[in-house]
Amino acid sequence: MELFAAVTALFTLVVAVAVTYRPLGDYMAWVFTNPRHGKVESLIYRVCGVKPDKEQTWKGYLVVVLVFSAVGFLMLYGLQRLQPMLPYSLGLGPISPDLAFNTAASYVGNTNWQAYSPEHTTGYAVQMAGLAVQSYVSAAVGFAVAIALVRGLTRSASTTVGNFWVDMLRINLRILLPLSALATVVLIAAGVVQNFDGFTTVETLTGGTQIIPGGPVASQEAIKMLGTNGGGFYNANSAHPFENPSAWVNLFQTYMLIVIPFASIRTFGRLANDFRLARSLLATMAILLVVAYGTLTWFELSGGGLAPQAAGAAMEGKEVRFGIIGSTLFTAATTGTTGGATNSMLGSYTPLGQMVAILHMVLGEVSPGGVGSGLYTLLVLVVIAVFIAGLLVGRTPALLGKRITAREMKLAALVILVMPMLALGGMALSMAIPGVRAEIVANSMTDPDSQGMTELIYAFVSAAINNGSAMAGFAADTPWLNTILGVIILLGRFLVIALVLAMAGSFARQDRSTVMVADLPLHRPQFVVLLVGLIVFIAVPTFFPVLTVGPLAGGLR
Amino acid sequence: MSATVKRILKPWWTGLSIMVILTVLLGIVYPVVMTGLSLVFPSQSHDSVIINEQGVVVGSALLGQSFSDAEGNPLPQYFQPRPSAAGQGYDGSASAGSNLGPNSPELVQLIEERRAQVAEFNHVALDAVPADAVTASGSGLDPDISVAYASIQVERVAQTRRLAVDVVSALVAEHTEGPDLGYIGYARINVLELNLALDEL
Repeated sequence: MELFAAVTALFTLVVAVAVTYRPLGDYMAWVFTNPRHGKVESLIYRVCGVKPDKEQTWKGYLVVVLVFSAVGFLMLYGLQRLQPMLPYSLGLGPISPDLAFNTAASYVGNTNWQAYSPEHTTGYAVQMAGLAVQSYVSAAVGFAVAIALVRGLTRSASTTVGNFWVDMLRINLRILLPLSALATVVLIAAGVVQNFDGFTTVETLTGGTQIIPGGPVASQEAIKMLGTNGGGFYNANSAHPFENPSAWVNLFQTYMLIVIPFASIRTFGRLANDFRLARSLLATMAILLVVAYGTLTWFELSGGGLAPQAAGAAMEGKEVRFGIIGSTLFTAATTGTTGGATNSMLGSYTPLGQMVAILHMVLGEVSPGGVGSGLYTLLVLVVIAVFIAGLLVGRTPALLGKRITAREMKLAALVILVMPMLALGGMALSMAIPGVRAEIVANSMTDPDSQGMTELIYAFVSAAINNGSAMAGFAADTPWLNTILGVIILLGRFLVIALVLAMAGSFARQDRSTVMVADLPLHRPQFVVLLVGLIVFIAVPTFFPVLTVGPLAGGLR
Repeated sequence: MSATVKRILKPWWTGLSIMVILTVLLGIVYPVVMTGLSLVFPSQSHDSVIINEQGVVVGSALLGQSFSDAEGNPLPQYFQPRPSAAGQGYDGSASAGSNLGPNSPELVQLIEERRAQVAEFNHVALDAVPADAVTASGSGLDPDISVAYASIQVERVAQTRRLAVDVVSALVAEHTEGPDLGYIGYARINVLELNLALDEL
């Protein structure tokens, strides 16, 4: 019965993704290659002083990515600090400086880590004009960088990699906005609320009172999922019935998380004119996602841990309408993307289920990854895999006719070092400073044991990989954690982006006509096995030591 | 202004002006237009509120609420929802799970206490109490209970209300929603709707 439910839910998702894969992927490729600018776009270029047909070098592209993100960061920080002066703020006060810093970093970095409880912190003005806007543009930034890398790989002897303003604006206006509007209508019809009612108090059947929260939720929910953001309108995120009212909406939301990352592989195939390589990438993503879903579901259904055994099933923190399958499918999708939305409380998952969730994130979030970030991270891993494969068979390593030289390899190696360095370094620092350690153990962790360690590991991994999901029992709204996690989010996002753009520039410069190398057969199953193996072997040994003191210890109890 | 300063300031101006435009477009126009569109679905967009026979709003079909007296004791004439970690229980302004870990001694103790309480309250064996009756949901606002949890409550509700067990059973069956599209999710019962139907019998 459970097996049937698990397989049919997955099958439905696969069919849905398959149906939209080609049309959406091809459409997105058109968005990046269409020479004509839209009327609204042209107007915006004129007002803002953009020369849309003038391309940027990788350095120029990086500079405007950073400037644009810095502007977004400052505006979001300002909106939060000035909250009482804004309309529709529900009487909520200004957000503390460290929390505002953390939240601004988190949304600008497409992470959407939420150290706060939205119902008590953010009014509608901050949610809409601040958080929802960054949910859009941060996803667009990631996508733009991925497209710049694809241009680098496909162009020959080019000094430029595209125009960031054009890429970013087109992603927002031609991809994210129409898809979000469509999704919003579906969500509203299904019961996701969309109003400006604030909190209303009603008398319940028993004569007590209940507060019913309102809000422009559906419009925000749409971009939260489609932009692989994950910042919930309510504290309970997608577990809240007003965000995620039924089992089929839950499946629809899971689909929304992965639809763009999967389709962007088709976009890559079209732009690079190599659908065979695209199929290899697709297979790699799908294998990792299905294995993560399978093992996570297995552990949750087995119900390990003292509490699930006492209750008879791992239902603590899970909703009846989703059950275990609907919860694990969503969690697999959210940890394989930079999603970070949660529809069930990860801190109450079985210990080994928690380990799978962490492992799935540390694989680098390429199954299928965040909007854009999934594609560029996977391409970086492909560069490494091709290099290793080239060494193994004794051929000059090349990708799409571009030689992989020492420079590209150095950049790729640095990319995969960023996340572990930040996550493990941040954790180590927090545990090494006596005062900080004492405070975290006493006040942030739910229990000062393996569970507390799991929560700590989860928080730092989630921040470093820009996921944003959390074990919500971990009280992260402290000055130290807000600051260090905010810094880690920003470095995790923008260091990787800088390295990826450098790689894009480096590939773009190569003159394909002078590079006489044949590609390795990257469309064969052997390459998929190599790539999957590489992804697993980079991640697992790096994190195995910390996992032993966290979820593994809990699971062996 | 020198050319260098101009060159450095240029992207900042572009970034700021585009961000302002996008804030207006995506942060104000988009949600407001969507809210306008939502008027096509007046009930759904406005919290799916439930109105009783007297025309008074008694809650939302999507949000669970507690059926306890002022002291927090469960009322025997109503079907009981799942335990809730939202505020003092089913607080719509404080959605949350318990976030207690899988090996938490506190959670194990809570589960055992709830099991004993539910078994005693409904006069059933300890092992007849299903998992959703002893665990708090993710949102703390779960509107549903499992078929198993509803079925162990039928006799107690029927007795308290002096109704035939068959009548209550039939009402439960009527309010049992199958999985979406026949296979997505699980069969479940919306507690508020069921209790409202009981009151209106």
